[in-house]
Amino acid sequence: MTLAAVLTVDWQTIADAFALGGVYALMAVGIGLVFGVLRLVNFAYGQLVMAGAFALALGSQWNWPTWLSIVLCFAVVLALSVLLDRLVFRPLRTHPPAVMLVATFAVAFLLQSIALLWFGPLGKIATSLAPLNQPWTIGGVDIRKISIVAVTVTVVCLVLLQLLLTRTSVGLHMRAASMDFRTARLLGVRADRVIGGAVLVSGALAAVVAIILTVQNPLVTPDFALHDTIVVLAGVVLGGLSRPIPATLGGFSIGFATGFLGGALPTAQSQYLPALVFAAVILVLLVRPNGLFARAGTAERL
Amino acid sequence: MRRFQGLLGPCALVLLAAVLGDVVSRASGVYFITALVNVSIVVALYVFIGSSGVLSFGHISFVALGVWTAGVLSVPAAEKPAIMPNLAGFLRHTTVGNVPSLVLAAVAGGVLAAVVGAPLMRLSGLAAGIATFAVLEITHNVLRYYEKIGPGLNTFSSVPETTGVWQAAIGALLAITAAFFYARSRFGRMLRATSEDPAAATAAGISIYRQRLFAFALSGMIAGFAGGLYVHLLPLNTESLYLDLTFITLAMLVVGGSTSLWGAVVGALAVSALDSFLAEAENGVRIFGGTLDLPAGTRVIVVGALMAVVLIRRPGGLTNGAEFNLRWVRR
Repeated sequence: MTLAAVLTVDWQTIADAFALGGVYALMAVGIGLVFGVLRLVNFAYGQLVMAGAFALALGSQWNWPTWLSIVLCFAVVLALSVLLDRLVFRPLRTHPPAVMLVATFAVAFLLQSIALLWFGPLGKIATSLAPLNQPWTIGGVDIRKISIVAVTVTVVCLVLLQLLLTRTSVGLHMRAASMDFRTARLLGVRADRVIGGAVLVSGALAAVVAIILTVQNPLVTPDFALHDTIVVLAGVVLGGLSRPIPATLGGFSIGFATGFLGGALPTAQSQYLPALVFAAVILVLLVRPNGLFARAGTAERL
Repeated sequence: MRRFQGLLGPCALVLLAAVLGDVVSRASGVYFITALVNVSIVVALYVFIGSSGVLSFGHISFVALGVWTAGVLSVPAAEKPAIMPNLAGFLRHTTVGNVPSLVLAAVAGGVLAAVVGAPLMRLSGLAAGIATFAVLEITHNVLRYYEKIGPGLNTFSSVPETTGVWQAAIGALLAITAAFFYARSRFGRMLRATSEDPAAATAAGISIYRQRLFAFALSGMIAGFAGGLYVHLLPLNTESLYLDLTFITLAMLVVGGSTSLWGAVVGALAVSALDSFLAEAENGVRIFGGTLDLPAGTRVIVVGALMAVVLIRRPGGLTNGAEFNLRWVRR
């Protein structure tokens, strides 16, 4: 039984894989950006997405117009990001990386159980965005509108981010801070502004991800995006955390691989999909511990 | 006596918990037994994380394999077809007693940790953290769907419930003793040196890779053993051996203080006590004349918040990473 015989590949699978890769790439940027300035791997990123998704669900429960729900989603996610930064990330800034990692792990569980307490394990359904889930049929391939939106939004966000990082002074400060935080401060970069900026942009990306994921899967539960975060984290480390582009590529690759194998493998094999993907992650890390797309010689600081 | 004071404190605490668990009613006794099993798991985490300074999110996979080994081999042969219809080969007929099942669980955990650790221990820092996470995901995924080696999605029912308060206590004492003598051994000291100053340790001829691998295998063995104890206490399934257990056991280690055995034991017992109290309170508990009735789900909120606060305010944990010292008692 060769690999080609096992896999059933069609354009549908590839389109879906691209959409998932796009969403994961956005999450990867959000995680990579905060890591860049704070050297902090944010495990709680998925819970920001979850909070945004619940905002959307509440919006549709109250029969709010779609745009208002989206505003609410952004407001909730941004407020929560700033709150997390003030209460958790800032006090932890001087702690060892392992402590920070465990702390964000704790925050992730904390937020998840608050959602569990508030909304119950069955979650809520966000219906107002459903029209976006309708497919367009192009040449026999059903492409859901949201897939196109997802890929477009991802590309637009990445271009905007690249412009922000390379063409504005805040972006310059962010890049300086992510290279060497202390020296950047000595040279007059205002640390809190840079961190605040990174946290806000990363929060905005989480809100975008929340909208896309909610359209694809309108049932919002407390563990919404939890598993995605773990996969994206693996992808980000796989790509190379130290710079935004490798991190994004890593996120995209793992999303694409998951979507592709999930669609192409028959059911009996696709239930082992997580095992396959994570085994691949381990293999890649063994060969290139600094990441697949990392520049040679970038030493890890952790 | 003084040489063993680091062993004395944790053991005394475990015995105290066991005696308390023995005298209380059977319903509350379960909380004490669970706490003692948690001690074994957290001590396993301590052996690796505490001595090497490398974070592992993967240890619950060794616990899970211990659960699977002891569970599959302990269910009476007559009841196996009902829970595990697809078991392969000798697993279908073989049933062993309580103690052999625990020994085999420890062996299985140790072997898996050694096999997995052989490549993984070359990594460090963030890559190591994510890779151990990947191990947890893989183990969880395989145990969940591979029905030739266990119940798959089903729960391990019909496992003889041999883990009473004394079995749990003896198990915890064994784990503590192993961890204590490892930490005092040549290997334990070498590993600790690599975590304090990797450059100096390497210069002194210590192989970081070999020391980490040894500690990883030893802690995998203790974790597997703890898994064996666990399945003899409660009917478990894959979901009870996943992220939640990873979180709560890491919380215990961090809250207690990850660099000392005393911290691991104090953390495990303190967080278990808090968790049990909150579990009772979720069902309504009478305290100080009033009734405390917390909504379901409060446990994780309180434990998560406690963990975050301890990490921010006191990164060394409750014990600040110190070992138990007899002078505290004499004073």
